[in-house]
Amino acid sequence: MNQNKFIETFISIALGLLVGALVLLISGFNPVEAYGIMFKGVFSNPKYIGWTIIRSTPLILTGISVAFAFRTGLFNIGAEGQFIIGSLVATLVGYFAKLPPIIHPIVAILAGCIAAGLWGGIAGFLKAKFGIHEVITTIMLNWTALYFSNFVVFWKPFKRLNRDASERILDTARINILGKWKASEAGKAFLKNNSFLKDFLNPPINYGFLIAILVAILVWYILKNTTLGYQLRAVGYNRDAAEYGGININRNLIVSMMIAGAISGLAGATQVLGVSRETAVLAAMEGYGFDGIAVALIASNNPIACIPAALLFGGLKYGGSKLQPTIGAPMEVINITIGVIVFFIAMPKLIQMITSLRGKKRGVKVEDTK
Amino acid sequence: MKILNDLGSIIGITLMYSAPLIYTSLGGVLSENAGVVNIGLEGMMTIGAFAGAAVAYFTQNPWLGFIVAGLAGGALALLHAIACVTFTADHVVSGIAINFIGPGLALFLTKMLFDGAAMTLPLDLDHKIPRPLNGIFSSISVSNPVLVKIVNALNSIFNQYATVYIAFILVFAVWFLLYKTKTGLRIRSVGEHPRAADTLGVNVYKIKYLAVILSGILAGLGGAAMSIAVISNYRATLISGQGFIALAAMIFGKWKPQGAMWGCLLFGAAQGLVVHLGGTDLKVSSQLLAMIPYIITLIILMGFVGEARGPAANGEPYEKNQG
Repeated sequence: MNQNKFIETFISIALGLLVGALVLLISGFNPVEAYGIMFKGVFSNPKYIGWTIIRSTPLILTGISVAFAFRTGLFNIGAEGQFIIGSLVATLVGYFAKLPPIIHPIVAILAGCIAAGLWGGIAGFLKAKFGIHEVITTIMLNWTALYFSNFVVFWKPFKRLNRDASERILDTARINILGKWKASEAGKAFLKNNSFLKDFLNPPINYGFLIAILVAILVWYILKNTTLGYQLRAVGYNRDAAEYGGININRNLIVSMMIAGAISGLAGATQVLGVSRETAVLAAMEGYGFDGIAVALIASNNPIACIPAALLFGGLKYGGSKLQPTIGAPMEVINITIGVIVFFIAMPKLIQMITSLRGKKRGVKVEDTK
Repeated sequence: MKILNDLGSIIGITLMYSAPLIYTSLGGVLSENAGVVNIGLEGMMTIGAFAGAAVAYFTQNPWLGFIVAGLAGGALALLHAIACVTFTADHVVSGIAINFIGPGLALFLTKMLFDGAAMTLPLDLDHKIPRPLNGIFSSISVSNPVLVKIVNALNSIFNQYATVYIAFILVFAVWFLLYKTKTGLRIRSVGEHPRAADTLGVNVYKIKYLAVILSGILAGLGGAAMSIAVISNYRATLISGQGFIALAAMIFGKWKPQGAMWGCLLFGAAQGLVVHLGGTDLKVSSQLLAMIPYIITLIILMGFVGEARGPAANGEPYEKNQG
């Protein structure tokens, strides 16, 4: 992200928070108090920081998935469905496979990624072979994935008795950091004297966050420094020129959607192995994929920038969830705020006008933006 | 003669489920023919569903709710137009923003107005959109058992809310507007080649604004057709995904109003079949049945549609003084 882009994003975020404050003010709440509650709700306790990171982790990955597809000229609305398939398959492997620790989660994650990659690849294939727009296919595949997941969860050997969810994954498949140690006598004794670590480790802290950071770096590297990345970006910039240059468009479409799918699937798998430990029956979309679209946009489709963007998003959502119990303000104000941020990010021209106006007032020479 | 009964019920459900999609996808047709991609249909539909249900509840007047729903969708579309037309925003990005703002605002206001509840209070049956042709065939007295069956089937087909009939009238109206009027020609020319339209004296910006706002009004009406006709209140999960399905129907229908209508009917029919089968004692998982409409849509797209090409300048920002 270059400096101008960074400033534009920053201003958009500020404007979004401003509109959020206005909405609160008009509705009769004190915005300063509300934002104070949100800020404290994220930072006042190591436990809350832990939860914010946990909430943000799947969004980093779905954000990268959408960003990656965008960079190759595809709009992956299907992150939602790929996430569902990834979590379903990871749960299946986590419950049915009997494997030793360390190997078990690796196998479960790989299985989730591969399944979701193939699921995403369907959209790429349908686009390459039949020319069907990926927006339609991924939307249809999202709903198919949702009902398919529910169907599998209702399968007798897999469903937990009297619960609308699957069986829990085995302990060998979990990816919690210091999970065993936390519960052991030695761990308990140690944590008794270290309240910061005790609070921080209270939520299900897991390796998902570290995996997400590694993936961000990896995807950034692939896009920037490899032949595959070069080809994918070329297809994204100008399909006809890329074809003229000897790049196989159809193959790249499918590969791109498979990689995007695998990354979203990874988000689902880490969420299951690290946090939820099960797949629940879904009545509606959970929104990890759609939130990922916003994350990618805030990050200007840069995989590394998806990390802070997702942390901002996760922080707003987690902090916002504390508004209702304290001052009674509906937490949907956060969705409005995020929407407004994305809205301003869509209009760099407006932001440039605002910044150049300020520049003029100060008598600074304004360079022509065009 | 059970088949007549089944057919009547399936067609009836099809029409009921298709109507909200038809409004919304007509909205998509208008906006995209003017060259503005409208992914925000979902958000506009949601705000319409909320506004319609809330106004109808407080005023006890469903028609007022219906109109306000259109205005609410139009207001959100105005934002989209300002971003896309005046500030040359990326249409998809702006649409995504609308899809956060619309549902967020709808649920926020619901909680404010209805004591923190995540749904509006239901309308009583007398205050929903009426069913003008309900039982119109019952007055026909026939004795022949086959004819009785036919009359019954006709009754279940025409037992529709007024919003269903309006939807089909609007298909014709949008078709007429686009292909038989000067404004329609301008809308299409702006979507195909804005610069050429501009040189011929068409006010490109004005036409785009008009088309986008109309599209939001239609999407808002579509939302209300769901919240104050198909069911009787707004709740957070009511619209989930229908705006996108309407968008898919529009692409399926190759950006034409009648095509979009067929797309919506196809999806509605698959939905009708599922609802109907769910009511019989067929032993199939309801989850598997629920997948059918989506899979059918995919298969039909594979077999029959082929490469879909929209208006040439769809999604491209237009700036007057740039060559």
